[in-house]
Amino acid sequence: MKRIKVAIIGAGISGASIARVLSRYDNLEVHLIEKNSDVGWGVTKANTALIHGGYDDDPKKFPLRAKLCIQGNRIWHQWVKELEIPHIWNGALIVALTEDDFDELETLLERGIKNGVPEMRIVDKEEALSLEPGLNPKALGGLWIPIVGQIGPIPAVVAMVENAVSNGVKLHLETEVKGIKVENGEVKGIETNNGLIDADIVINAAGLYADEISKMVGIDYFEIHPRKGEYWIFDEDVPGPRRVLFPTPTPISKGVVVTTEISGHLMIGPNAQDLPKEEKENLATTMEGLNEVWEKAKKIWPNLPPKSKVIRTFAGLRPEPSGGDFIIKAEEEVYGFINVAGIRSPGLTSAPAIAYEVKEIIECDLGITLTEKSHWNPYRRDITHFFMTPREEANRLIATNNSYGKIVCKCNKVSEGDILEAIERMKFIGVKTPSIDSVKVRTKATSGTCQGTFCKVRIVQILAREYKVEPWKVTLKGKGSEIGVGDVKVLLRRAS
Amino acid sequence: MMESYDVIVIGGGPAGLAAAVKAKELGLETLLLDENEFLGGILPQCIHPGFGIHYFKEELTGPEFAHRFIEKIKDVGVRYQTSTYVLNIENYSDLEKKIVFSSPKGIKEVWTKTVIYAAGARERHAFEIGIVGDRVAGIYTAGEAQTLMDIYGIMPGKEIVIVGSGDVGLIMARRFALEGAKVKAVIELMPYPGGLARNVMILRDFNIPLYLSHKVVEVRGRARVEKIKVVKVDENLKEIPKSEFWIDADTLLISAGLVPNVKLLQRIGVEIDPSTGGPIVNELLETTVPGIFVAGNALLINDLVDYVAEQGELAAFGAKEFIENEGIPSKRWIKLENGQNIRLLAPHYLSGERDVYVYARVSTPMENVKIVFPEIKKELRFPILRPAEMLRIRLRAEEIRRAEKKITMEAIPQ
Repeated sequence: MKRIKVAIIGAGISGASIARVLSRYDNLEVHLIEKNSDVGWGVTKANTALIHGGYDDDPKKFPLRAKLCIQGNRIWHQWVKELEIPHIWNGALIVALTEDDFDELETLLERGIKNGVPEMRIVDKEEALSLEPGLNPKALGGLWIPIVGQIGPIPAVVAMVENAVSNGVKLHLETEVKGIKVENGEVKGIETNNGLIDADIVINAAGLYADEISKMVGIDYFEIHPRKGEYWIFDEDVPGPRRVLFPTPTPISKGVVVTTEISGHLMIGPNAQDLPKEEKENLATTMEGLNEVWEKAKKIWPNLPPKSKVIRTFAGLRPEPSGGDFIIKAEEEVYGFINVAGIRSPGLTSAPAIAYEVKEIIECDLGITLTEKSHWNPYRRDITHFFMTPREEANRLIATNNSYGKIVCKCNKVSEGDILEAIERMKFIGVKTPSIDSVKVRTKATSGTCQGTFCKVRIVQILAREYKVEPWKVTLKGKGSEIGVGDVKVLLRRAS
Repeated sequence: MMESYDVIVIGGGPAGLAAAVKAKELGLETLLLDENEFLGGILPQCIHPGFGIHYFKEELTGPEFAHRFIEKIKDVGVRYQTSTYVLNIENYSDLEKKIVFSSPKGIKEVWTKTVIYAAGARERHAFEIGIVGDRVAGIYTAGEAQTLMDIYGIMPGKEIVIVGSGDVGLIMARRFALEGAKVKAVIELMPYPGGLARNVMILRDFNIPLYLSHKVVEVRGRARVEKIKVVKVDENLKEIPKSEFWIDADTLLISAGLVPNVKLLQRIGVEIDPSTGGPIVNELLETTVPGIFVAGNALLINDLVDYVAEQGELAAFGAKEFIENEGIPSKRWIKLENGQNIRLLAPHYLSGERDVYVYARVSTPMENVKIVFPEIKKELRFPILRPAEMLRIRLRAEEIRRAEKKITMEAIPQ
């Protein structure tokens, strides 16, 4: 049987979801192409991590967003179990601070009903405050959406890629797309810094760069603009809300969210700042942006802690497409080229539904009959987390491998065994450049109160040993971010 | 039968080592637990001299100081266990505490009558001090860079900007300069340097510019630090508009102070003094949870290892008192409070039964100062006092007994 070669550009949440869904078919040979040294490091990395409810998007204005968000929410409820992705289904409360806000909440409720969102209802002041005792006592009520939840976005990508690779997908890391080969109106392959990768189908899930990839085949009816959002994360001992708290939304933004993210840290953000098209790498936090987030969060959560309780601030970019709706289609001008572009919010929520949409497109628009594998494995086991392992189980692990008894990251209780397992999994999917961030997203090491002050150096030693490189060559987050410039005498040697 | 001890010492740095040796010498069954693979805490990475002048009456390096104590541990036969991380302290009753720890041998529980908590401190990092911009490689705390260089032999960078003129920052400035790096500036928020005078001299010795009343506000770079934005601040530490400038550098070192590691203690209800960041303690260094003692940087941030060792020994003495009397006997405790110009002090409660060393820091540099304890009519004169230099003042038992309820400590410039 001749297998159809599929190349997916971008190993973010969209690309990884597509790879997983397509890994199910026997007659496809799936290649996932990523320019970074690990998966999920683009748009996916800095994300509010919410699985939205599906009531935000007006199906008349943004039909794809409206449809895929609610579908995606339902699929995630299943996928987090199959793939053992860290998650919490804690529901969301959209807070009304003025009587006028209830008009908007009514609109959202109507829209939610139309989009098929179950279980939504408007709650009064008393119920809002009992759902969330730390809420601004001046709140008048809210809209309660129980199906909202949170997942770890990069752990989700890692889980999907591990699952996809175990089902035969080939991941190409540190592979940058330079051009797309098209002959007689059909895609033939992808030119990369690592040579040509043949492909009959090219799926463009390149996040912020989807417009540039699309231009490579001459399709340029849309542009992607970065929209920056900034966030604060606080120490774990700072009390946060039990639900995801939104303000009543405005036409351009769902507003600054106050939530306790899945690791148990209070997080506030994002704001929304439109950047020029050229600034697709501008991930810098700003005092102005962070202050804006602070002020807005304070309106629904007045008990923000002192700034000394901040453990991290960060910024992310949402790829905002011209037109506003997701662009998910087989482009007619070039057979085999599928755009999955402009996946802005609610992209994380929609990702699994986007993947099934792409599968439909391959079947219906490209006319390819897909045949299922007899032995497709839907499951993936989560990495061992010492901090979650019950004592007897931990003792059993330590008895077989004593590195599980050595705690490396003190703040989050991550053991050397956890880290070795992360490295084994990095190697399994093909991570070539050892980085602290690769270990961080898989184990949570370095993400606690001290931000790795104690453990980074020890992780460097473990990575250097397991990857057989000199310790200073271990990176923070890929090439160019090496933790040192050489051994301790390197500068003196160079000077003499 | 579960193992059981009189004292479990948590932390094998100078406070813990001194506590364990003393406890054993006092005849207590002692177990020392440390999470690192080697004893000594941060001493092994402090390869510069300046340790032990008071305690050993000679000047040692950090590793030498640690070595002497580790030899003592072995001489007196203290049981110790490294690569051992304490997961939990469970407090059942005054003389029954359970310590749960993880080690390569498994998760274990042991009983103890008392705990001496000597887990040290952590460094404040870039996010805590409000630096914005890119999250790139090349940002280290001073202690982290010290570990990289002096334990693992890795050179972190070539062109260095240091935030904070505290001792660790200044010592690392010298270390970087000696290894051929260019230390471009030390940026200090306060209008005076933060380190001991002998360490501030380093800047002159190596021709390193010190910017007082300045603040690093932003870092820019793609994969690694490329430039660092600095602004001037006014007397209220507020940024002065249009005073900013950029320094090109590949490394930013944060030396912005230490925070006592007290999370485990907070979980069992130990009361914390917001001004020290460590527990509230009595003169035996006992916390507000009976039988839990604390010493070293977990108590308050010290600048001399000699004081840290002294606190460890005092805590061991406290543990012995506690065990012999089945709890510290009830006393009429006199509260010691920080008054005018005193930023922090410990201990917080005094009995008047014994002489006590009070450790304290002033809140601002002052010349020709009187340290006054008005309630007991005690006065001491100092030509100069700096926040960087910890005061250690002896209050005699009979002096303490002169007070009714409390004693206030004040620093009054003349």
